[in-house]
Amino acid sequence: MERKVKISVQNLSVFFGRHQALRGLSLDIAANRILGIIGPASSGKTSFLRALNRMNDLDPESRAEGRVLLDGADIYHPSQSAVQLRKRVGMVFALPMPLPMSIYDNVVYGPRLSGVRDRATLDEIVERTLTSAFLWDEVKDRLNLLALRLSGGQQQRLCLARTLAMDPEVVLLDEPCSGLDPISTARIEDALSVLKARYTIILVTNNTKQASRVADETAFFLMGDLVEMGETSQIFTVPKDQRTSDYVTGRFG
Amino acid sequence: MQDTPNTPAQPKRPVRRVTGGVATWCRDQLARYVFLAVAFSATVSLLLIALFILKEGVPFIIKIGLKDFLFASEWDPSVGKFGIYPMIIASLWVTLGAMLIGAPLGVAGAIFLTQFVPRSVMRIIKPMIELLAGIPSVLYGFMGVMVLAPFIRNHFGGPGLSLLAGAIILGIMVLPTVISISVDAINAVPRTYLEGALALGATRWQSVHMVILKAARSGIIASVILAMGRAVGETMAVIMVVGNAVKIPHSALDSVRTLTANIALEMGYATGLHRQALFATGVVLFVVVMILNSLAMAAMKRKAGS
Repeated sequence: MERKVKISVQNLSVFFGRHQALRGLSLDIAANRILGIIGPASSGKTSFLRALNRMNDLDPESRAEGRVLLDGADIYHPSQSAVQLRKRVGMVFALPMPLPMSIYDNVVYGPRLSGVRDRATLDEIVERTLTSAFLWDEVKDRLNLLALRLSGGQQQRLCLARTLAMDPEVVLLDEPCSGLDPISTARIEDALSVLKARYTIILVTNNTKQASRVADETAFFLMGDLVEMGETSQIFTVPKDQRTSDYVTGRFG
Repeated sequence: MQDTPNTPAQPKRPVRRVTGGVATWCRDQLARYVFLAVAFSATVSLLLIALFILKEGVPFIIKIGLKDFLFASEWDPSVGKFGIYPMIIASLWVTLGAMLIGAPLGVAGAIFLTQFVPRSVMRIIKPMIELLAGIPSVLYGFMGVMVLAPFIRNHFGGPGLSLLAGAIILGIMVLPTVISISVDAINAVPRTYLEGALALGATRWQSVHMVILKAARSGIIASVILAMGRAVGETMAVIMVVGNAVKIPHSALDSVRTLTANIALEMGYATGLHRQALFATGVVLFVVVMILNSLAMAAMKRKAGS
């Protein structure tokens, strides 16, 4: 299978004030595959992810250097709108953060922002995305329930559905399972494996095993550097770098 | 359960010493009762004030009749006419006007300060706004008399000292209340809501009005209700700018007299039934402010509950 590049990161550095979170890293992210990003705390995983949809911009102290090409166009080019970018590059956060409204309204929040008003279309989006997120069966009878009443695992799947409802091209997941029980985690992983047919998925995870289970390719970050990136099987069995080897075998981190 | 004699001898627990002994214990108790007394004194003074006003005012209301007191429109204590209807209307209009001016400005200010200004700037501006609350109300009244009333007289006509002048002055006076409570309510909205909305492709303004204002709604409502309580009860600034004529206003440019102004103006020389009538006016005010405060508390509690 040909490896089609969706996002090309070229010499990307991210600073927060004087602190440099990412040190000029370059990598290509393949379309319709799951890229797992692993690494110990404060290795720059989240900063990297948030650079890809310019959520770092929210911090007035932050600054990005280098280029991030999404389908060949630099997302940091002054003519690019961060709002439009975030419609193409969706994000699911570590802590489930449904908005304080009903399940239904949470899912259609994105489509409504884009101007979709037709009830039937919205209904269809809700059913399709909740099904994709493996949540439909659990909530289909109570779509008007306040989303905050759902369990943590359900909330996280709702957030996934909400992101899918915008019909993005890329889905960023920032440790989506860090607060979830094993069963909810398995459901999200199942969903991701199906979803990659349609989306490019980037999964930051603290759980090395999770990367080995679901990621097609894996990148290992350490202290703001990209140590190594490759097919997941290669990273976990024959890593080229000693530090990667130490990390995936649990010798540190 | 085994009987005590059959159980093996328990190792003796070490005797726990009270650190510091009797003296510390006494000091603790003393501190406890002093603070209790301080805390109670606030509650007790509220009760005493309420009792005092009710004792003086309620017999009067019973004598005159609630309907003739609240809804008769003539106030002439020298001939025994005690209708406070014009003043109730005046108080309501002045308060409503103040809210129409103060609430949108205050909420907009709070949104601006929390969402569209760097934190460092907010740290300078917010205390300054809170300082507004510390300016003596007589100074607001002074500004109203010297600047606002002539302006209204010259540009809109009428006596200048008017319902409109009162509403504007009060609208400015309630800004600190509205802004600082609304800012706290908006800041209490988890940052994750903002990020969640932005990550879904919302613009800054869309996420503010669709998510943040929704989440902070009850706090903002509470700020407006508290400000209303303040506006209803404000006396000095109002007396200075509204003209104090006892009549039902027909336009915003008419001179009016509010409930508070009535009490303050006449208490100095009122005796007998007249004096009681003023207390009864106080009862009406007291009840209105109590209702507004309870509404504010209920609004805030609903937020805590959801």
